[in-house]
Amino acid sequence: MKISVIITLKKDVLDPQGKVIHQALDGMGFNDVNEVRQGKYFEIDTKETDPQKAKNKVEEMCKKLLANLVIENYKIIDAQ
Amino acid sequence: MKSAVITFPGSNCDRDMDVALKKFGFNNKMVWHQDVELPKSDLVVLPGGFSYGDYLRCGSMASKSKIMQSVINFANSGGMVMGICNGFQILVETGLVPGVLLRNKYLEFICRNVFVKINNKNNGYFKNIINDVLELHIAHNEGNYFCTNDQLKEIEDNAQVAINYCDPEGKIEETFNPNGSIKNIAGIFNKEKNVLGMMPHPERMIDPYLSGEDGSYFFKNLINNLK
Repeated sequence: MKISVIITLKKDVLDPQGKVIHQALDGMGFNDVNEVRQGKYFEIDTKETDPQKAKNKVEEMCKKLLANLVIENYKIIDAQ
Repeated sequence: MKSAVITFPGSNCDRDMDVALKKFGFNNKMVWHQDVELPKSDLVVLPGGFSYGDYLRCGSMASKSKIMQSVINFANSGGMVMGICNGFQILVETGLVPGVLLRNKYLEFICRNVFVKINNKNNGYFKNIINDVLELHIAHNEGNYFCTNDQLKEIEDNAQVAINYCDPEGKIEETFNPNGSIKNIAGIFNKEKNVLGMMPHPERMIDPYLSGEDGSYFFKNLINNLK
């Protein structure tokens, strides 16, 4: 079973890379962008076949390693 | 006095630290990250570098290394653990010291000398040191210290700020903040003050011909405090 996780910076945390990307987009003519926030995406292929159990396991992975909860949020987006 | 420096894959200040510790009288042992047990030590150092290529987040992979459980146990039993630069990043990832280190505010890798003011001398690291300000070297991409407002209050209430970036006279102002750290924080302690994480490298300032001697004052004082 494959599970996807998106990690994003929390709202109040400065994201200088996102800012630079925003500026670059602006320079390329994409002038209607309000803000860019950069994050991380993971695809985890697990042996677990029960979707709920797999999600729980991935949630534990997020808390223990994939995300740093001081600055980041995680979102498990799908299981298939 | 016995010390141990942990080498992770990608550490690159481990040997500098070994040289510095030996120069000031420590009997130092190098410890590989896959070892399980620490040698008997009075001080454990997590050195600078780019452990695991800074994958995922700086220090995150190293914080899960085999040896780290022993380091965490050693720290929790009151042992002195010092993390420099990447070592500081590893310490925050283990949770031994609060907060995180973000990408530098202006996205530059900063490699230069800075001045830091010692904020708290009531601990094994800075007790009896005659200097109030030290000139040390920084070389990092992720040294922008960040924590939540609640954490900051707790850190300040417990006098956990170890050093702040400042000018040569010790004035702490935003102008002298190289990387955007909250309140110019360059190093912090755990609550008990036996764990110290800091971005500047004292081991790079131990020779007047190469750099400066402010790191020497730090190490000389440290070993005297441990005796």
